[in-house]
Amino acid sequence: MIKTVGKVPLIILLCFFAFSTVINTSTVEAFSEQIIQKGATGDDVVELQSRLQYIGFYDGTIDGVYGWGTYWAVKKYQDEFGLEVDGLVGPKMKAMLEKSTDFDYEWVHRQFYEGRKFTHYGKTPKEIQSGPEGSRIPPLEQKRRQQKAQEKAQPTPTPPAPGEAPPAPGEAPPAPGEAPPAPGEAPPAPGEAPPAPGEAPPAPGEAPPAPGEAAPAPGEAAPAPGEAPPAPGEAAPAPGEAAPAPGETPEEPVEEVPEEPVPEEEVVPEADPEDGPDVEEAMNVPEGFSDNDIQIMAQAVYGEARGEPYIGQVAVAAVIINRINSPTFPNTASGVIFEPRAFTAVADGQIYMDPDETARRAVIDAINGQDPSGNAMYYFNPDTATSGWIWTRPQIKKIGKHIFCK
Amino acid sequence: MVRTILVTVLAVAVVSTAFWGYQEHQEKNSILIKAENNYQRAFHDLTYHLDQLHDEIGSTLAMNSRDQLSPSLAEVWRITSMAQNDLGQLPLALMPFSKTEEYLYKIGQFSYRNAIRDLDNEPLSEEEYQTLEQLYEQSGEIQKEMRQVQSMVLNENLRWMDVELALASEEEPLDNAIVNGFKIVDEKVEGFSEVEWGSELPQLQQNDEALKERLNGEQISEEEAKEIALNFVQLENVEVEIEETGEGLAYESFSIKINDPEHEVDIYMDISQKGGHPIWLLQDRQVGDAAISLNEASERAKELLERNDINDMQLVDSKQYNSVGVFNFAYLKDNVRVYPDSIIIDVSLEDGEIIGYEASAYLTNHRDRDVEEPSISLEEAKESLNPALEVMEHHVAMIKNDLGEEVLAYEFFGVINNDTYRIFINAANGEEEKVEKLDHAEPVYRST
Repeated sequence: MIKTVGKVPLIILLCFFAFSTVINTSTVEAFSEQIIQKGATGDDVVELQSRLQYIGFYDGTIDGVYGWGTYWAVKKYQDEFGLEVDGLVGPKMKAMLEKSTDFDYEWVHRQFYEGRKFTHYGKTPKEIQSGPEGSRIPPLEQKRRQQKAQEKAQPTPTPPAPGEAPPAPGEAPPAPGEAPPAPGEAPPAPGEAPPAPGEAPPAPGEAPPAPGEAAPAPGEAAPAPGEAPPAPGEAAPAPGEAAPAPGETPEEPVEEVPEEPVPEEEVVPEADPEDGPDVEEAMNVPEGFSDNDIQIMAQAVYGEARGEPYIGQVAVAAVIINRINSPTFPNTASGVIFEPRAFTAVADGQIYMDPDETARRAVIDAINGQDPSGNAMYYFNPDTATSGWIWTRPQIKKIGKHIFCK
Repeated sequence: MVRTILVTVLAVAVVSTAFWGYQEHQEKNSILIKAENNYQRAFHDLTYHLDQLHDEIGSTLAMNSRDQLSPSLAEVWRITSMAQNDLGQLPLALMPFSKTEEYLYKIGQFSYRNAIRDLDNEPLSEEEYQTLEQLYEQSGEIQKEMRQVQSMVLNENLRWMDVELALASEEEPLDNAIVNGFKIVDEKVEGFSEVEWGSELPQLQQNDEALKERLNGEQISEEEAKEIALNFVQLENVEVEIEETGEGLAYESFSIKINDPEHEVDIYMDISQKGGHPIWLLQDRQVGDAAISLNEASERAKELLERNDINDMQLVDSKQYNSVGVFNFAYLKDNVRVYPDSIIIDVSLEDGEIIGYEASAYLTNHRDRDVEEPSISLEEAKESLNPALEVMEHHVAMIKNDLGEEVLAYEFFGVINNDTYRIFINAANGEEEKVEKLDHAEPVYRST
């Protein structure tokens, strides 16, 4: 083993230089023109989070949503460097970030694509910051996908265990399962996950800097005023030298080598191509409701009112919300929806259909306070109404086919 | 020969069909029994909890020591919520049993308020004691009626599935033993003379009734409403349909449908007849990819407010859902954020146009207020915070507390272990009014 390892670094080193030039050219990917504001989502936010993490200001998950954690990181940064502390990421802050940090667009987005847990601290070799493939996907979902993948790709016997992600051919130095943190673990904080010297082949010549020291530990570097955080120009390494800390060299193959020699079909059962990329990001959800609550309400709305105009769908969603808030109905979304005889779509099973995007939007609008029904508690379709009692309720208005009433 | 074969085949077919049919029948029955069992369990649980409720209120009355009173009232509260939960599982949705449900809710609120209050300093007043006595009596009556229904169900083997069928068959009047039993209970509750719940229990006022009280200004005509609507959406010479809302809505308003030729979808909005205030607006538009930033969109939302003379509004929250930006504005008075006066605006990130507007909270609560000075200082308020909380941001704000009253409070945003919290400290006495954990963004679990 050691012998092979001895040779490999040379080759890798060469490989690496070839790579780094490629990467460097692709790194110029930078922020778009927009001013980034709290609540935003998308690539710019991914970049913002990555860059802030690079210099240790942000230690949350890089998920592409400008949430509270990111907001505090931005404010800290603005405070630290004498910008106006408003949480808005304008041209000046972006320029400063671009100058002082490195952002590898392709690497980061590949992490997303492969569903890896990862971090993006500067001066820490990227490979130890990248979790095994699929580690970002929750275990339950992983299992479901594996089953799906197995069904699809019957002939391939390889069990796509996420830990063994890149099936390394014999010579690849470190067994990939060892170096990156086990799937269960939290995204590797730079301090914890240095490759144990025994496992990782020593870099030629110099000992890899213990990542624990080199990487700005997220907690320390940023806030402690005494410690002189890296001023934008100086401490921050230029893109070229920053990422490829020596420690990286021997590790590089974990990422790259297997991909080249490994034949395509080995990878296919692994990442079900359909649902590879969409595990990547997070999204905004109104306070007080989980994404699953929204889903269940969207199903109810879709089952009840899919033929209706949008406003009618919002009104149906609003009735659900009004009932949740009413003392005479259950107090949860599921309680209201699954109350026996409350909704016909529940009774006849239409609620188990897949809702479309419109139903979902209607639910979010209703949660955000829209109520075209005017505080209705009931609604019915006059053509198919099954109860005489419902006609005795004071009516508010008719939207589409439904009459809304109190 | 052919005949024998045919006969055998047919015979086999008949036998297997019969067998299959029998199996289906068995399965159906077992499912029906399972559904019935669920209803039965909820029903018997309900009667059990109503029994318990009566007993527990009784023991509260008998109690002398204040130390015991709070836990006992908390127990009453717990039992009411269990009973409400049981009710939610019975197929009563379209049957008028709402008085009883409301009654349970009120008992729960009453006991909760008194359970959490400091009874050492502020013991139950004479009236509240009387209320408790009344509740004891009334819950006894409910209990008696429910026991009767229960024994009837047990003795005569009544089935909830039959209730379902009776309700579904829409025959009026409903004639089903269980339904009748419940109706009697509900009528009984309706007959209870208005219980004195104590001043602090807010009446169950619907939002639309509150809004009706607050709306001011001249009555407007349809023509004026049309004009206001077109002005609001900044369109000219387009088709407009206008309708009055029905009697069910406490305030009177015009429902307006505006044809938007550019996007080929209609804009819907409601304008109050009194004063001509736009209450909400919605446009269902397929929004394409985001072309402008959330920040730019928030400027558009602010412009809309300014154009409509809604001044001194501050952006307090913004969120992006795909290509729609949702902005939450609150009224700012002397640098105090008045949260009850809020307006929500949706902006399309494709072209920056307004696609949603919701101002009923603003219209219900907004008025010229005198905001008093906080009587404790910021430093004093900070002392009431959990020491583990790292304060990141603070404001002075007006919020509605649990009792529905407006209180002046210090608003703190802080972090404990990577979780962000929002904490309101009463600016008069330093008590914690509200603590909210602010959510992280949700990871996307769905697969296509």
